[in-house]
Amino acid sequence: MIEKADQIFVLLQHWLVSFLPAGLQPVAGVLLSVVVIVCLFPALFALAVWMERKGLGRIQNRLGPNRVGPFGLLQPIADGIKSLTKEDIVPRSADAAVHFLAPVVLVVTVFMGFAVLPMGRNMVLADMDAGLLFYFAMGASTELAVFMAGWSSRNKYSLLGAMRAVAQMISYEVVLLLSSVAVVMITGSLSLTKIVEAQNHYSWGLPHWYIFTPWGCAGFVMYAIAATAETNRSPFDLPEGESELVAGYHTEYSGFKFALFFLGEYLAMFSISGLGTTLFLGGWSAPFSWLGWVPSWIWFFSKLMLSIFVFIWMRGTLPRLRQDQLMNFAWKFVLPMCLLNLLVAGLWRFMGDGWPRWVVCSAILVLAYVGMGWGEMRRKHFGARSYRYAE
Amino acid sequence: MLGEGILKGLAETARNFAGSFVSAERLTTVQYPEQRIAPIEATRDFPFLVYDGKDWEAGMRCVACQICEKECPPKCIYIVKSTDKKPDALGKMQIYPTRFDIDISVCMSCQICVEVCPFEAIKMDTEFELSTTDRFGGLLLDRKQLSKSNEHYHRIHPTEAAEVDARLAGEKAKSDAKAKAATAAAAAKAAAAPASSAAAPSPAATDAAPAASAALAETDVAPGGNGAGNPAVGPADGESRA
Repeated sequence: MIEKADQIFVLLQHWLVSFLPAGLQPVAGVLLSVVVIVCLFPALFALAVWMERKGLGRIQNRLGPNRVGPFGLLQPIADGIKSLTKEDIVPRSADAAVHFLAPVVLVVTVFMGFAVLPMGRNMVLADMDAGLLFYFAMGASTELAVFMAGWSSRNKYSLLGAMRAVAQMISYEVVLLLSSVAVVMITGSLSLTKIVEAQNHYSWGLPHWYIFTPWGCAGFVMYAIAATAETNRSPFDLPEGESELVAGYHTEYSGFKFALFFLGEYLAMFSISGLGTTLFLGGWSAPFSWLGWVPSWIWFFSKLMLSIFVFIWMRGTLPRLRQDQLMNFAWKFVLPMCLLNLLVAGLWRFMGDGWPRWVVCSAILVLAYVGMGWGEMRRKHFGARSYRYAE
Repeated sequence: MLGEGILKGLAETARNFAGSFVSAERLTTVQYPEQRIAPIEATRDFPFLVYDGKDWEAGMRCVACQICEKECPPKCIYIVKSTDKKPDALGKMQIYPTRFDIDISVCMSCQICVEVCPFEAIKMDTEFELSTTDRFGGLLLDRKQLSKSNEHYHRIHPTEAAEVDARLAGEKAKSDAKAKAATAAAAAKAAAAPASSAAAPSPAATDAAPAASAALAETDVAPGGNGAGNPAVGPADGESRA
């Protein structure tokens, strides 16, 4: 029974596909999974938008949307209808083909990332040996879509937003990759299912998730920072900073194309949270061994939604960074920490079991963090802002 | 330490998030169409014309002096003066506006018309639910739509309206006294002319005479209804002229 609940979607897929002739079954199975992913995550997107608006409202002591449906739950549907019925404007001087393709490319590449995410036991669309590599290849091509949007709009704000986005995403892509490399070093595999399985065992009822190791914890924090920057979320939402750039690279988009960008942003958030969950939070494994009877996909999606909530929480808390602060932070602080983390992961791997590796690895990371933090803060001047005017 | 501020900030927003569910005073939202809060007394948005008594047309205080029209910075007031006169709420003959339009889509709620009006005829309203499907005609209010009773004024701005009423009553009392003195002086003169100079004028008439002549002199220099002029000319003077 428990086994059935855990595998319910896999069994359902097999049952549905079994109606077809044997030759078509593999293709049909894949198509079915694709359809489910393509329907499920936009539905989750609607829920996340509602959560975000409600959550931000509460953080600011407001109610959030509460007019459409009970607790405003139908608000995303109203928003969807609104964006569908809006006029789709293409600027006269825009490159119409690229302008049209940009949101499509964005959404498609983001969706591709979901193919390799294990969303439950045996629930992965394409169990690639180099799943992580595939994921990062797809994640990196969203930059192309963003730049296509900014360039084809022929609008200075769009272009500035796109330039910022590309600069930011490339910088943080490095951090994102290097923080994940530590996981690959320890697991010895690029396959995401293998990475989850490596974390899916328990001692004294507690899981062996990578976040509970010194290098994993540091890696997770850096991964989270990079993920926030990679999805252009606050406080790294410079590419679409309303106060400076109207709406950044999607300034010239309206109607459903704008909705696609919006969808793409949230899907990227889901997929990057899903990957973070897989790499550091044990994927679909239960947080305690005695909770193993709960279906694995529930754990995956709970962790995903929890990450989304943290994203929302950060957005409600932190002000936007300046471009130079953003770049300095990536290259001068997070990247050196990432490289050090690789060293620590190596040490962890070769120091063998036992307490010494805990002490050594933690000490290195904490000292580096405190030391670099102290060094950075020492050079900063906090206090009244001074202005320098051109003469 | 680095990151300390972020944690503090996150704690603060978490406190807000949780607090808004448990403490009612955090959540200050008023669910507007269903719930309303009374506007504060200093609220103002668009001007309206005050009338005394029951009938808006008869009791309109405005005498079409057009000062507000000239002073209005965005020029949203349009007035056409009447060619005839009709009695106002006090029974005095006055010029009145045959048209008094305010385009509230142009009005910037600066209250200058209220400041310059010597007749206390235009005041600021608090009505804000003025949305309309017709953005031209629907936002161009004519004198009928603009006319609101003095009771309405008392309802929305009690303190201010009481001051205005007191001032108007004072001016009216003064002008009444002047008018009475003038009639008394006229009567005395009339009585004195046929009679021989042996009859001594009554003490009341002697006292009133200079006042009455002053009042008459003032009426001579006071500008008429076309007055782009002296804002110091009060309604009392207008009444004494009649």
